[in-house]
Amino acid sequence: MSGVPADGFTSLDVAMTPPTPLLRVTGISKHYATPVLSDIALDLHAGEVLALTGENGAGKSTLSKIICGLVQPTTGTLTLTGQPFQPASRSHAERLGVRMVMQELSLIPTLSVAENLLLDKLPHRFGMIDQRALYEQAKRQMAVIGLDDIDPGVLVGSLGIGHQQMVEIARNLVGDCKLLILDEPTAMLTDREIAHLFEQIARLKARGVGIVYISHRLDELQRIADRVAVLRDGRLVDVRPMADVTQDELVQRMVGHVVDEGAQRPRRVAGAVRLEVRGLHCGEQVQAVDLSLHAGEIMGLAGLVGAGRTELLRLIFGADRKDGGELFLDRKAQPVTIDSPMTAIRHGIGLVTEDRKAQGLLLNQSIRVNTTLANLAAVNRRGWLNYAEEHDVTRRLTDILRVKYGSVEQVVGELSGGNQQKVVFARWLHRDCNVLLLDEPTRGVDIGARADLYQELDRLAADGKAMLMVSSDLRELMTVCDRIGVMSAGRLVGVFERGEWTEQILLEACFSGYANLTPTPQSAAASL
Amino acid sequence: MQSSSQTISVTPINQHASVNRWRSALGGYIGLIATLAAMVVLFGSLSKYFLTADTFITIANDIPALAIMAVGMTYVLVIAGIDLSIGSVMALGAAITAIALQQWQWGVLAAALLGLMVGLGCGLVTGMVSVGWRLPSFIVSLGMLEIARGSAYIATDSRTQYIGSNVEWLSAPIAGGISPAFILALVIVIVAQIVLSRTVFGRYMIGIGTNEEAMRLAGVDPRPVKVVVFALLGVLASLAGLIQTSRLEAADPNMGVGMELQVIAAVVIGGTSLMGGRGSVINTFFGVLIIAVLEAGLAQVGASDPTKRIITGCVIVAAVVLDMIRERRRTRHA
Ligand SMILES: Nc1ncnc2c1ncn2[C@@H]1O[C@H](COP(=O)(O)OP(=O)(O)OP(=O)(O)O)[C@@H](O)[C@H]1O
Ligand SMILES: [Mg+2]
Repeated sequence: MSGVPADGFTSLDVAMTPPTPLLRVTGISKHYATPVLSDIALDLHAGEVLALTGENGAGKSTLSKIICGLVQPTTGTLTLTGQPFQPASRSHAERLGVRMVMQELSLIPTLSVAENLLLDKLPHRFGMIDQRALYEQAKRQMAVIGLDDIDPGVLVGSLGIGHQQMVEIARNLVGDCKLLILDEPTAMLTDREIAHLFEQIARLKARGVGIVYISHRLDELQRIADRVAVLRDGRLVDVRPMADVTQDELVQRMVGHVVDEGAQRPRRVAGAVRLEVRGLHCGEQVQAVDLSLHAGEIMGLAGLVGAGRTELLRLIFGADRKDGGELFLDRKAQPVTIDSPMTAIRHGIGLVTEDRKAQGLLLNQSIRVNTTLANLAAVNRRGWLNYAEEHDVTRRLTDILRVKYGSVEQVVGELSGGNQQKVVFARWLHRDCNVLLLDEPTRGVDIGARADLYQELDRLAADGKAMLMVSSDLRELMTVCDRIGVMSAGRLVGVFERGEWTEQILLEACFSGYANLTPTPQSAAASL
Repeated sequence: MQSSSQTISVTPINQHASVNRWRSALGGYIGLIATLAAMVVLFGSLSKYFLTADTFITIANDIPALAIMAVGMTYVLVIAGIDLSIGSVMALGAAITAIALQQWQWGVLAAALLGLMVGLGCGLVTGMVSVGWRLPSFIVSLGMLEIARGSAYIATDSRTQYIGSNVEWLSAPIAGGISPAFILALVIVIVAQIVLSRTVFGRYMIGIGTNEEAMRLAGVDPRPVKVVVFALLGVLASLAGLIQTSRLEAADPNMGVGMELQVIAAVVIGGTSLMGGRGSVINTFFGVLIIAVLEAGLAQVGASDPTKRIITGCVIVAAVVLDMIRERRRTRHA
């Protein structure tokens, strides 16, 4: 076996285990303009959960895509249960039992949930789709992941991204799967959905399915992984049993230094009210929400997937039409009318969208174009764009957030998921808003860069900006925020000050709006 | 926070990328220039009359109307729209100008301006209806195609309106076969390219064609931009009508039938994407040249009309396939 990386702490336990591994990766390299993966050698056994970690742009998604036939390696070979395995396409890999939940979802937005779930085997009679059978099968599949509250007939494109993520997972939990790759499946999920997912992973594992699990939430890895592999700059720097490493060691391996996530968060004194929301409502999704946001504070917004958090932000931002409610800015007596994102931005409100692919980025335009998009006023003279200035601005902001790229002219779609997310955030740093609405701003961002991002948030707060931040990661909210509002079934059911909250209290509030749900033991134990 | 993990040295990658960028930018032109050169050589060897001043003048005369409309169409395709009405709008603009000159005895300038206003009106209507009701511009402009053509027939009483040599100067050669119209077309091409790549408006167009929802959420209202683009194409179509009128010394209500397809072909040969977000006016101009050379060359070698159409069809498809291959190689998306 070739390709033992030069690093000291490699412990590749290949060729020692007598049974043929489920998957063997040998000498895999991938080059685009620059090398992205170098000489990866790795084994995965049946019934094993292998965690794959590494910084943004380390090559995790690329390696996964090679295994499931979406990307062809430059060099190297794969074997599946001892047989040579050269998937030419994703459907080829799926026929051989290799499936992948993609980081950038691969659903068809204009088809229904049911059609997406059963796309390759639509039930039919005499050439016509059998709607009843379709919905029944889809319902069964959705129940597995806890998606009972969604109608299988609705179009995928009309679902929130959290629900879309669950559909993507459900789609891949079927069939006779031998190897399942999950690329950041939980980046937008809350504890309830994660509990369902982990139940399914345990079930598949017991059936002998090999699982590759990618996540930037290290506590999850410790809960489900048997072994952990660390990628750094396209090299495999460490593979070892999960039980042998602590989280700190893992971070050290990934990033190369210790990251102190929230050790000394500044104690902030909130200033005057910047934004006040009164009686905002829109259908079932957002019902009579009152809240006020102060200068110099970060307020969190917790809740389950579908609780209305994203919808609330979009209403404040004018991206959707509200049924009623008023917004007041800077303690003025008159409410402001915000009926479009254009007016919101004119009033100094910005929104970092959760769905970067559909709503955030111009995927096939450059990093430069994407970064300056919300504030072209700052880089033009009488309508003429100043490329040099754009270039400088982009360099400065992407350096602060440590975006990993070749040049600022690189197409944003070529960046890794976490780095794309940083570009969306950079755009709003450039715009310099007084009120910043953040919807999952750290989605897919690695631990080190996350700490940088928190620092930027702290800096903005110190500048007197007001921030409202949605995150599906309760721990993150508890680290970053001064106050946390909890939404449940469309209502803001409580607002907690720092010191008042515990994870248990927040979780109970999250569930309080749903009669038929209670915090499950798994979800309560999420922080174990 | 120390950035010890950032081990990538930026400079060599940067150089690499900028070399690549040059290569791909030039590559865009080189492909088209090579196609053009190959066609000239081919026709030159097939017909001894091809490489003469006469052919050159024919081509130079054919180009302005096509090029001017292709510029506007490039913009429309960049914002992920399409406009099928331009052939009719061209005829209507020309017809109104001719009527104003002949029947109402207007001055040349006023009549020409009126023609342009009619084109502007048609473009505005197409743009506002499709933007206002969120209808596909394909359908709306198909409607406008019929409306404008019918109006042109009514205005002219279905008869060709002769205007004499009133605006002949526009298409008359001034030096070496080059007419003011040709120079005008060149200027429009250059200005349009600069606007597309260098101004905020151009950036908005590209952004809207790439991801309209993302533009809206970034605070850019896509609606006025789109309406302006359609209106602009309307004006350019009637300008092309004026040029055609000056060449023929008459406004024919059948002018420009099927012209929209020729224009779209030129734009697409130039590598502008029908999916929006990608396009270059300069490349469109090369596309126009290719169409014009093909037309003139096939006429010279005495190809029959059906043969001409078959060959033109093949060239369009081949050009688009080549462009696609080049684009795939450039981005290599998974
Ligand atoms: N099509 C492409 N063209 C050029 N470079 C690419 C392409 N796809 C990926 N890359 C580069 O490969 C590197 C690895 O990307 P990859 O998506 O595998 O990272 P990742 O480990 O999944 O990161 P993340 O945690 O952010 O998801 C990145 O630097 C990225 O820019
Ligand atoms: Mg990834």
